[in-house]
Amino acid sequence: MFLLGGFALSNQPLLELKNLRTSFRINNDYFAAVDDVTLTVKENEVVAIVGESGCGKSALALSIMGLHPQGRTKLEGNVNFNGRNLLSLTTSEMNKIRGKDIGMIFQDPLTALNPLMTCGRQIEESMTYHTNLSGSKKKQKALELLKKVGIPNPERTYKQFPHELSGGMRQRVVIAIAIACEPSLVIADEPTTALDVTIQAQIMDLLKELQKQMKTGIILITHDLGVVAEMADRVAVMYAGEIVELADVKTLFKNPLHPYTRSLLNSIPSTAAEKERLHVIRGIVPSLQNLPRTGCRFKERIDWVSAHDHEENPLLREVEANHFVRCSCYKHFNFPEEIGDSKYVVS
Amino acid sequence: MSFLKVNNLKVYYPIRGGFFRRVVDHVRAVDDISFELKQGETYGLVGESGCGKTTTGRTIIGLNKSTSGEILFEGKDLTKLSRRDFHLHRQDIQMIFQDPYSSLNPRKRVLDIIAEPLRNFERLSPAEEKRKVEYYIEKVGLNPESIYKYPHEFSGGQRQRIGIARALTLNPKLIIADEPVSALDVSVQAQVLNFMQDIQKEFNLTYLFISHDLGIIQHMCDRIGIMYRGQFVEEGSGKEIYSNPQHIYTKRLISAIPDINPENRERQVELRQEINSEYKNSYEKYFNAEGKVYQLKQISDTHSVALP
Repeated sequence: MFLLGGFALSNQPLLELKNLRTSFRINNDYFAAVDDVTLTVKENEVVAIVGESGCGKSALALSIMGLHPQGRTKLEGNVNFNGRNLLSLTTSEMNKIRGKDIGMIFQDPLTALNPLMTCGRQIEESMTYHTNLSGSKKKQKALELLKKVGIPNPERTYKQFPHELSGGMRQRVVIAIAIACEPSLVIADEPTTALDVTIQAQIMDLLKELQKQMKTGIILITHDLGVVAEMADRVAVMYAGEIVELADVKTLFKNPLHPYTRSLLNSIPSTAAEKERLHVIRGIVPSLQNLPRTGCRFKERIDWVSAHDHEENPLLREVEANHFVRCSCYKHFNFPEEIGDSKYVVS
Repeated sequence: MSFLKVNNLKVYYPIRGGFFRRVVDHVRAVDDISFELKQGETYGLVGESGCGKTTTGRTIIGLNKSTSGEILFEGKDLTKLSRRDFHLHRQDIQMIFQDPYSSLNPRKRVLDIIAEPLRNFERLSPAEEKRKVEYYIEKVGLNPESIYKYPHEFSGGQRQRIGIARALTLNPKLIIADEPVSALDVSVQAQVLNFMQDIQKEFNLTYLFISHDLGIIQHMCDRIGIMYRGQFVEEGSGKEIYSNPQHIYTKRLISAIPDINPENRERQVELRQEINSEYKNSYEKYFNAEGKVYQLKQISDTHSVALP
């Protein structure tokens, strides 16, 4: 752990997002894809960010890494990492952090890897940039990493190109690259979405194992609530750029409060309820330009809840210890199936 | 006479190489599978990518040629028909494709997309055609005015419904749904699955439901076949497969489904480790020297497992 050092105190948050707002320029107007997100990640903690496509979860991850195209994006707020605001750093300063203190695991291992470089060289790449280890030391370290991520024959994989490996093996190489410099924070953007179920299970178990060993903080971005239930310590549910509910994983699955969280959970074909009808959320996810910017953003999709049950300026409030919910509409929310209002049941 | 019966179906792709690019070997994409569909049921084909489930579906509808074996659809062997005779049967079998973004022609209006199968098989006046398209577009829950729009104006779930409307126009008896919801978000996925169940009742459809998602398969299917490397590993009703899996591969697949209850987390990991070590230790018990599974053996009326 030569990079982490002893100064990261266990109670101090590793990463602190304060009122982060990421806006994209469309036709000379800026639209916020991530709107006022405040979130902390501690050492040795897995924070999951869940939501449907277009809710801003990937935009959030890329904002932390500073990977958005600069001319077209506006970043506001604070991203505090090790006492520095990442948003105020220059590109060359960010380059010293990316890959060294913050590692990233991308969704599709085939496009994330360079097809013209052997896996071993790609793992060594970040070590070349961030450390001054000698060639043989780097190779030794790369082989260790390959072994650590569960590749059966590291010597062989070291010399192989990405196309020679299966999807699961490639994702393991991507993970090896992400943890090569022993970062204190890893951002995993849909790490298992492109993989088969059995491989997904293996990768989940591997990530958990590594996390335990290295005590890294992980931001897990996913739309799969099953993956969240298996991996996360805390969960932030995002809708339309905002966090609508934030709680630790057991509370969230046992006692979900926000209508959106409850709707999402009810729409999964779970193994228990067989052949029952799944819940469908009315309407569609609004596009970035059409996002409602005032009031409860989920209002339109639960239009049977009367308007005065929503707050005018919904805030993320702590309703019980460490359980945050936005807007008071959750108190008045029932599924139309439950209250027998068939007018609002969508087929 | 059964509705659809697949007997010893094989689909091999040649691997060419060496001098004159002769056929040196074959990829056995589908290797000797047999199964049966009853009218009105949903049959699930599950397996990891590359196990041959999509190839099976495409061969039944005639998009791939079979190497040997027979596909009996209402008593007629589809593999032996000439192109022209096969054309008549195409009406009865339709397909829903995986990706609603690439399976709809972006340069056609919804009207033309949905009317295309009609134009192939029936001679209708434009007014009749429009009426029919409007009927189906309403059936899938879209606004009749949307027939003059283009696919890009719709969301993923709506597009998938357009794909379903297109599959319905000719009153098919069998629909092959190849990963119909894999590209969709959970809430939209729920919408499409509910809808598929509704129209199944209404039109007495039979589904061959191909997916790698075991949660969805369990939700939708009456009977399930598990495929591994082009062969069946286990076949049975949903209950039999999920609560009493016999083959180690099936157990492995089921243990890999993420549990939605975080309280079971440690147990899930232990279970997976147990099954993985069993998989390694008793490999010979379940797979032969070539790494293939054995022939299916019946263990109850509806449940068969590939064990020696």
